[in-house]
Amino acid sequence: MTEAIRNILKEHGRLSVDISTLTDAADLYQAGMTSHASVNVMLALEANFEIEFPDKFLRRSVFSSVSAISEAVDEIRAAR
Amino acid sequence: MSDISAQDFHDALVAHKLILPVGVPGAFGRGPVFEDVLRRFGDLVTEAAKDDGAEQMLFPPIIDRRVFEKSDYLESFPQLAGTIFSFVGNDAQHREMMNCVHEGKPWSQFQSMTEVVLAPASCYPVYPQFTGTLPEKGRLVDVQNWVFRHEPSPEPTRMQSFRIREMVRGGRPEQVADWRDQWLERGLTLLRRLGLPVEPVTASDPFFGRGGRMLAANQRMQKLKFEVVVPVLSKEKPTAICSFNYHQDHFGLLFDIKTQDGQVAHTACLGFGLERVTMALFRTHGYVPAEWPAEVRKVLWP
Repeated sequence: MTEAIRNILKEHGRLSVDISTLTDAADLYQAGMTSHASVNVMLALEANFEIEFPDKFLRRSVFSSVSAISEAVDEIRAAR
Repeated sequence: MSDISAQDFHDALVAHKLILPVGVPGAFGRGPVFEDVLRRFGDLVTEAAKDDGAEQMLFPPIIDRRVFEKSDYLESFPQLAGTIFSFVGNDAQHREMMNCVHEGKPWSQFQSMTEVVLAPASCYPVYPQFTGTLPEKGRLVDVQNWVFRHEPSPEPTRMQSFRIREMVRGGRPEQVADWRDQWLERGLTLLRRLGLPVEPVTASDPFFGRGGRMLAANQRMQKLKFEVVVPVLSKEKPTAICSFNYHQDHFGLLFDIKTQDGQVAHTACLGFGLERVTMALFRTHGYVPAEWPAEVRKVLWP
């Protein structure tokens, strides 16, 4: 799954560095992702994983790293 | 002060000839007594800012559509934006359009998008003026304009067109944050001298849609927006009359604004909603300025 997340970040994250140079724990906001870009990442994740982020997940920290996103997607899928 | 309904407040403002209804909600005219108070409040802002050395700028209430498109406004607030369309057809199309108009049919198909949109805030035309490298002490601009928000409402403080007096700051992060903190104190002092029971609160913008909920949560968590609120209709839901927005590097990146050391500049703005401040004064002290408390009158009519 992290591969799919990384592809989405590459396409929508407007990162100032190459995603392949970042670890799963690296802070994406530090790597240049803006608030508007994080919204596009969220929408692309929803389309890709066929999920809908509930309101309580629509927070900055949920989209702060590849591993944070991965945990959130797992949690939402598990709740189905 | 007890609560008042939107309709009763509207009717009281009309009865005292402070506002002049025109048929469309949120587009009323302003009477001379209303305007006198509004102008005098503006003078107090000028007085409070007199030692800051702000550059005065004045723009028409329209902005370059390309600047608007670049600014992310449509991404954040599509529901509030006002885009200007105009007729560019020939005689036959003109006749067709007028037939539709006279028959009460839709005629928007004869209109084309122009190069300009209505200004959504006073500060938008300022950021492109900052493009390039800022001086060591950054820049500060004092600007006022009519702005448009598409949110028709019978509630008098929610207008479609109103004036915002704004101060816009660009510079290094600490310059901008310090300036904002200083103005927050200054703004509170100024409004309290006028007898308004104002309080600062952390706030968020009315971003559109589900993505907007995320943007609003981010904005609150990072404390990027503060509002100064005062009870107008109710104590429970006070009205924002002044707003402080810290954009971090948002406009610096979009409009290529740099500091002396080559970093992306940060920007912030603060705006007084002039009509809202004026309405808060009428609501707090009564609809007849001659009957306002002497200490308030002394500040506004020195």
